[in-house]
Amino acid sequence: MTTLKTILTPNIDIETIRADFPILSRKVNGKSLVYFDNGATAQKPKLVIDSITNYYTNQNSNIHRGVHTLSQESSVAYENARATVQKHLNAKHAHEIIFTKGTTDSINLVATSFGKKYITKGDEILISSMEHHSNILPWQQVCEEKGAVLKVIPINDAGELIISEYKRLLNERTKIVAITHISNTLGTINPIEEVIALAHVKNIPVLIDGAQAVPHTAVDVQLLSADFYVFSGHKLFGPTGVGVLYGKEKWLNEMPPYQVGGGTIKTVTFKKTEYADLPLKFEAGTPHIDGVIGLAVAIDYVNKIGFKNIEAYEHELLIYATEALQKIEGLKIIGTAKNKASVISFVVEGLHPFDIGTILDQLAIAVRTGHHCTQPLMNLYNIPGTVRASFAFYNTKEEIDMLTSGLQRAIKMLK
Amino acid sequence: MNIEKIESEIIEEFEMFDDWMQKYEYLIEVGKSLTLIDPQFKTEKNTIKGCQSLVWLHSELKDGFVIYTADSDAIITKGMVALMIRVLSNHTPDEIISSKLDFVEKIGLTKHLSPTRSNGLVSMIKQMKLDAIAYKAKV
Repeated sequence: MTTLKTILTPNIDIETIRADFPILSRKVNGKSLVYFDNGATAQKPKLVIDSITNYYTNQNSNIHRGVHTLSQESSVAYENARATVQKHLNAKHAHEIIFTKGTTDSINLVATSFGKKYITKGDEILISSMEHHSNILPWQQVCEEKGAVLKVIPINDAGELIISEYKRLLNERTKIVAITHISNTLGTINPIEEVIALAHVKNIPVLIDGAQAVPHTAVDVQLLSADFYVFSGHKLFGPTGVGVLYGKEKWLNEMPPYQVGGGTIKTVTFKKTEYADLPLKFEAGTPHIDGVIGLAVAIDYVNKIGFKNIEAYEHELLIYATEALQKIEGLKIIGTAKNKASVISFVVEGLHPFDIGTILDQLAIAVRTGHHCTQPLMNLYNIPGTVRASFAFYNTKEEIDMLTSGLQRAIKMLK
Repeated sequence: MNIEKIESEIIEEFEMFDDWMQKYEYLIEVGKSLTLIDPQFKTEKNTIKGCQSLVWLHSELKDGFVIYTADSDAIITKGMVALMIRVLSNHTPDEIISSKLDFVEKIGLTKHLSPTRSNGLVSMIKQMKLDAIAYKAKV
């Protein structure tokens, strides 16, 4: 993604792609839907929707238990999905892929389990000012329990990490660094290769929150040498309620189970339990089987389009929208990093984001308004919230034109 | 005028509008004309926090009638707040407690009361009624 400006012209057949997403043809308030809330959740291609129907119509059965045909088929489909995720992230082993409920669940798992094993009084956990609440609260909780300290890497006005400050904050008390790959509010693409490399010099592991990154870019966890990489299925065009925790085998083997129960064990007596090997040790209870299968279908779908094409096309949308929005009087873009994903947050002088969002909704334009679960970041910019338009590869320049004209209309009404 | 009468008055006003734009323009106007809450009452205690916009609500009892004043940082919310005040302010606690407030649905603005909107309006109505209950206990 860092070489965006030099890459190819995207090979995107927008009509065919849009036809793959049934919801894009629905009407809202009598008008064609313009969906710019992809940062909150992405829409699902028909293939994903069909895979869920197919699962319940033809395969439904609990996994890893039965000897009967349905159970075996479900188990194979579930484990094939794990292999799909492994390949997608280029993880070394399939058992380094843990299925969770989503990004929040993945971070809670690591914070709790890693925290239990490695964090003690006086230790430090390092995050950044642009983190989503989901990558703040679990760490805050660990700090409270263990008497550890939460340290925060500052950002500059453009919304970029200040690397010199980061270097200064890394020390022998730092036990883990947890940082977002792409900011959900600002769109900043963080230099995570550098972040990880700098931490590794001091043998500090790094967790990357990839929730906003996986829909926009390909990730190679071995190349990055990320210790943990987490994301949600629903932002990657898959079902809700399913997510991924990638963890290096070494860490996952050493960390204690997070939740325990069915599926996580080798043997149980009332005196002692011997836990199962990875990945089952971290997958207590019946998992979200159809969600996992649907996620694999979504991953195959985006890979067919290809992330090189997606990145190039979305970059065109970002540039087009940035230029169009900057022409609107009183509009200020929040987050102007050199390296940005197709996410634009903005405020309009004298207007509340909620009012703008309400009028845009009447025009069938779905944007997100508010603090985007990044209240500390909003405090930093001294604003109550922003309006955020986040684009996916199925969005078009025509839709961006509708946003700008809708905004002009809203401003006229509200001023 | 009793609460129901004011509600039907508002419903009639909204019936004159042909489209959503007129409706929202009216709401924005109403919001702008809302008598501002005395700044001394814009306290943390009087703040109703929605996920999206803030509402400040103050009430007092005068000669047996509850008087509400309020404000919001978002103008559309403020318009809705102004309508609520027009309906509920200056009535007895009993009247306020038993009001159904179904005018919101009839003027087609129910979505502003859905919990997902989280604009503080639902909490505001709840608070208005709670205040009335508290005054009733005092009377």
